[in-house]
Amino acid sequence: MSDVLAVADHRRGAVRDVSFEIVRAGRELADDLDGDLHLAVIAGDVDAFADRLSLAGVDAIHTVEAGEEFNHDLYAGATAALFEELAPTAVLMPNSVNGLDYAPAVANRLDLPLVADAVDLAYDDGLEATREMYGSKVETTVEVSEEPFAVTVRGGEWAALEERADVPVEAFEYEFDESASGARVQGFEEVGAGDVDIADAEFLVSVGRGIEEEENLELIEELVEVTGATMSSSRPIVDNGWLPKNRQVGQSGKQVTPDVYLAIGISGAVQHVAGMKGAETIIAINTDPNAPIFDIADYGIVGDLFDVVPALIEEFE
Amino acid sequence: MKILVTVKEVAEAADDFEIEGTDIGEQYLEYDLNEWDDYAVEAAVQLSETYDDVEVVSATIGPERAEETIRMALAKGVDRSIRVWDDDVAAADLDVAAKTRLFAAVVEEEDPDLVLSGVQAADDGFGATGVSLADEIGFDWAAVVNDLETEDDLSMAHVHRELEGGIEELTDVDFPAVLTIQTGLNEPRYASLRGIRQAQSKEIAEFGLADLGLDADAVASPISRTGMYEPETESDATYLDGAADEQAGQLADVLREKGVVSE
Ligand SMILES: Cc1cc2nc3c(=O)[nH]c(=O)nc-3n(C[C@H](O)[C@H](O)[C@H](O)COP(=O)(O)OP(=O)(O)OC[C@H]3O[C@@H](n4cnc5c(N)ncnc54)[C@H](O)[C@@H]3O)c2cc1C
Repeated sequence: MSDVLAVADHRRGAVRDVSFEIVRAGRELADDLDGDLHLAVIAGDVDAFADRLSLAGVDAIHTVEAGEEFNHDLYAGATAALFEELAPTAVLMPNSVNGLDYAPAVANRLDLPLVADAVDLAYDDGLEATREMYGSKVETTVEVSEEPFAVTVRGGEWAALEERADVPVEAFEYEFDESASGARVQGFEEVGAGDVDIADAEFLVSVGRGIEEEENLELIEELVEVTGATMSSSRPIVDNGWLPKNRQVGQSGKQVTPDVYLAIGISGAVQHVAGMKGAETIIAINTDPNAPIFDIADYGIVGDLFDVVPALIEEFE
Repeated sequence: MKILVTVKEVAEAADDFEIEGTDIGEQYLEYDLNEWDDYAVEAAVQLSETYDDVEVVSATIGPERAEETIRMALAKGVDRSIRVWDDDVAAADLDVAAKTRLFAAVVEEEDPDLVLSGVQAADDGFGATGVSLADEIGFDWAAVVNDLETEDDLSMAHVHRELEGGIEELTDVDFPAVLTIQTGLNEPRYASLRGIRQAQSKEIAEFGLADLGLDADAVASPISRTGMYEPETESDATYLDGAADEQAGQLADVLREKGVVSE
């Protein structure tokens, strides 16, 4: 048998979307391998999560009842123990922020080759994974010549598997004492509250690193003024302290779905796109014709923002 | 206390580039200090300014070309540097496990109390070396740290891990530890002229595999890149062409048509 072990992601009582996607990725790989798909559900209300994840294509769910929330020592230890028990050919983990915190430890501990942030997987006599490089400007294929192997999968690349089924659930015993762990979760904090909720805006003018200098933000402010839009930004603008955190669009910022999203000098990194791909109309202004933002844009302007934006302001003055 | 910072020189592709074999042609690549590592360097240097007797050592796997980037880190306040390279390393397709073995050997040599790395490298984006290293050397760790506060006896840190959707996880991590640093943690400084001058006389020690007690097996990797291509664009974008004012005129029409501009 050549089985696949996938690990679900959940946070503060809710199963995260990537769990439904990793089940699809795992099912496809298990089909290629002619094996079973095992799904691990670790920490929290595992029975409720197992019920949510009883999906067609999962052959068995293994619940590890220990702790309330994510802890990387628990996740790495339990995943490795399940691996020893099930001896799968592949371990799939999410490339979420929590995935970044335990997947490399699982691979290291079990001496497995690790392919991180895969966007596609194919198996034919060995794993061939597709991943991006150079800020999504290119895709690469990598081949793995050893088995078993570990992969982390990017969120949003596989369609969620939603069809429900009766899946056998087995409790897997794993002893864990968080107080003895060298990294102990103390709580959570929500950040990014503030005067404006960019998620409410119907027209967002969003600015990225292409603006170069803080002073140049005046130009964008002027555009916002004459068009009645709301200003948002990519991460570097917030990292630099030029705009407050509540203006950041993306994976670690806000998810927005305005009628129009005008991206100015934003390359379209995956973590940015995660926050704005749901916009109805996406317009991008960028000097680089290969910028990945154009792949999801409805309208594109290949041009210098310092020429185009002043001309646009004039249109509305 | 000794802090080891991993520093990678990353390549960025020019706007117009061509792929040659399984990589972008060398002439289209520009090299720079990895953005995430810049924040890690700053965090280390700030700790050395806050506490007495903190030495900051950087470690890089990279060719001689990388010394320019390493000098930049030295100019920002790193005390000395290690560069790992030799013919076997150069010939290898380094995967996470190989990098882990190399850095683990450096850790063995240097015996740091804290290792800071970036969350990911901007070019290949694996985002795995720091945590893999922590597991290998038996340190505790935290990934994607965007807030860092240390206990004064340097026994532990209170960190924030930046999760998705504006949520941060508050975690206590015992030292020795590896922390992978997220952008925005601090404000990376620019190298001062004085710093740049001082960097010239700081040490960059070069280590080959043999110096680290390793052989070519340490960099053997079961993962190989077999192809690179420009993604087939699924884009059905309508491009607005012409001079800037013509582009702006068409864009204004689109915005009016969508009814989002209040005039
Ligand atoms: C765990 C994690 C979480 C993250 N979360 C987020 C997040 O929530 N949000 C987010 O945005 N990022 C996030 N990132 C960062 C992300 O990977 C990118 O680094 C970031 O989105 C890049 O921002 P940018 O597009 O503004 O800058 P760049 O990628 O540097 O792009 C700048 C663009 O401007 C263009 N440009 C330059 N000059 C001009 C000009 N004169 N006119 C027009 N165009 C010009 C360039 O061609 C380029 O395409 C996260 C990363 C990690 C690892």
